[in-house]
Amino acid sequence: MCGIVGLHLREPSLYPRLGELLTGMLCQVTERGPDSAGVAVYGDPRWSPPGHASVSLLPGTATPDQVATALRERVPDVAVVDAGQTLVVHAPVDVDTLVDAVRTALPELLVIGSGEEVAVLKGVGHPQLLAAEFGLAQAQGWQGVAHTRMATESAVTPAHCHPFSVGTDQCLVHNGSFANHATIRRELAAGGAVFDSDNDSEVGARFVAAQLAAGYDLEKSLKLLCERFDGFYTLLVSTKDSFAIVRDAIACKPAVVAETPEWVAMASEYRALAGLPGVERARIFEPEPEEVYAWQR
Amino acid sequence: MAALSTPLDVQEPSSTTEAVVDLSIADVRQLNGALHAPDVAEKAPSWRVTNPDGRHGIAVGLDAEVTVEIDGHVGYYCAGMNKSATVTVHGNAGVGVAENMMSGTVRVRGNASQSAGATAHGGLLVVEGSAAARCGISMKGVDIVVGGDVGHMSAFMGQAGRLVVCGDAGDALGDSLYEARIYVQGSVKSLGADCVEKEMRGEHLAELAELLAAAGMACDPAGFRRYGSARQLYNFHVDNASAY
Repeated sequence: MCGIVGLHLREPSLYPRLGELLTGMLCQVTERGPDSAGVAVYGDPRWSPPGHASVSLLPGTATPDQVATALRERVPDVAVVDAGQTLVVHAPVDVDTLVDAVRTALPELLVIGSGEEVAVLKGVGHPQLLAAEFGLAQAQGWQGVAHTRMATESAVTPAHCHPFSVGTDQCLVHNGSFANHATIRRELAAGGAVFDSDNDSEVGARFVAAQLAAGYDLEKSLKLLCERFDGFYTLLVSTKDSFAIVRDAIACKPAVVAETPEWVAMASEYRALAGLPGVERARIFEPEPEEVYAWQR
Repeated sequence: MAALSTPLDVQEPSSTTEAVVDLSIADVRQLNGALHAPDVAEKAPSWRVTNPDGRHGIAVGLDAEVTVEIDGHVGYYCAGMNKSATVTVHGNAGVGVAENMMSGTVRVRGNASQSAGATAHGGLLVVEGSAAARCGISMKGVDIVVGGDVGHMSAFMGQAGRLVVCGDAGDALGDSLYEARIYVQGSVKSLGADCVEKEMRGEHLAELAELLAAAGMACDPAGFRRYGSARQLYNFHVDNASAY
């Protein structure tokens, strides 16, 4: 069991409340995944200022000052934001330049997300405490997803937490378990993919990233995932302009969607949506099996 | 009722007025504790629950002739194991509404999530909207009437009882069915293993009319088709011995 929540805002006057609303949603799915949690926020000015590239990192034992010092030799204007078990670095350069600088200067650190819009924060511990550690309630932006994890197939570490963000501004969270992930992992690895963990959900994220890189849109990429992957899944996948949901053919992993003119929200359980403004006017439905639901910014 | 003596915003119940429990203040355990009081039917037969906000386990395990009106959406297993009580959800219901119900009536005014009425032995479950996958899975005597559609694998391994679907049924309806009877007004995407269409005789039209009336559905029984078990899967045939 895991918990998923996501919020895609259409109404800009709600952008300043993204973190507050996402925190409320996250706390409602704590019982579905109390061992660890992660979030991805699109468009927060602290983590992803306009015109900056942003890279999220698991620093291990490195301090924010050590990370800043190591990066300044290559990217003089870099800023390092401490978000608990995660660090977010940003600078007015392009994404590839910043990712290359991090990987060259700090090869032992794990990059868990990168892009112009997204910041990814992960950690082990109680989801409510992690939300406070991340400073999630103060976050602003136009889209966010969060995941609470109850690990079933791989270790409980920050690196094993969702979201898996393996392509620029992409993000995937998963409730369920893939049955044939080892086979697909070998195929993707043969094609050059490098994995950060032995988590089955990362295979899903790498598969989607490979389809997007091949030129398919998100909807088609998720249809291809349904054809290729066996197992149980409710997936919420986001990119710099999309928010998409898909469930496996059996559809035993729950999902509820609520939609208003101001926002689209998805959660494992309705109670996570109950606090959203205007939910009483929302169109509420459960996604059908193997049907891709996608919204564009 | 000890649970209600706590300083909560609960209107003091009586046999003539409705007891009101606001779940933004009281918790579900307090509500259910009060509903489980041995003398609840005499002292407070009528209840209203406000601000359910998708909480799980609301009004489970009732065993008294009480009515419970729930104003809003509920989470998992609402009215599970119900006996004798009449529970109405003025909203949507999460997974497993009225699962393992024994008797009484549960009505969902909105839609129900998967496994509605799972394993229920008796009583009447009405879903005025649609029910998701596995509606009536392993039903053991309950009557279920759904105003809209049902999802895939509905009435899977149903042993007894009746499932009435006023809309359409999803894939694999009645898979591995035992003796439950299924009536569908709309289309059936596919039938599950050992489920077949059967003749609609007079006694079936009569029982369907009764079920529709009990559920308050204004549908003509003549527009429904009946499905049931071909009885090839669960009866032992010596010709199949090598397959066991």
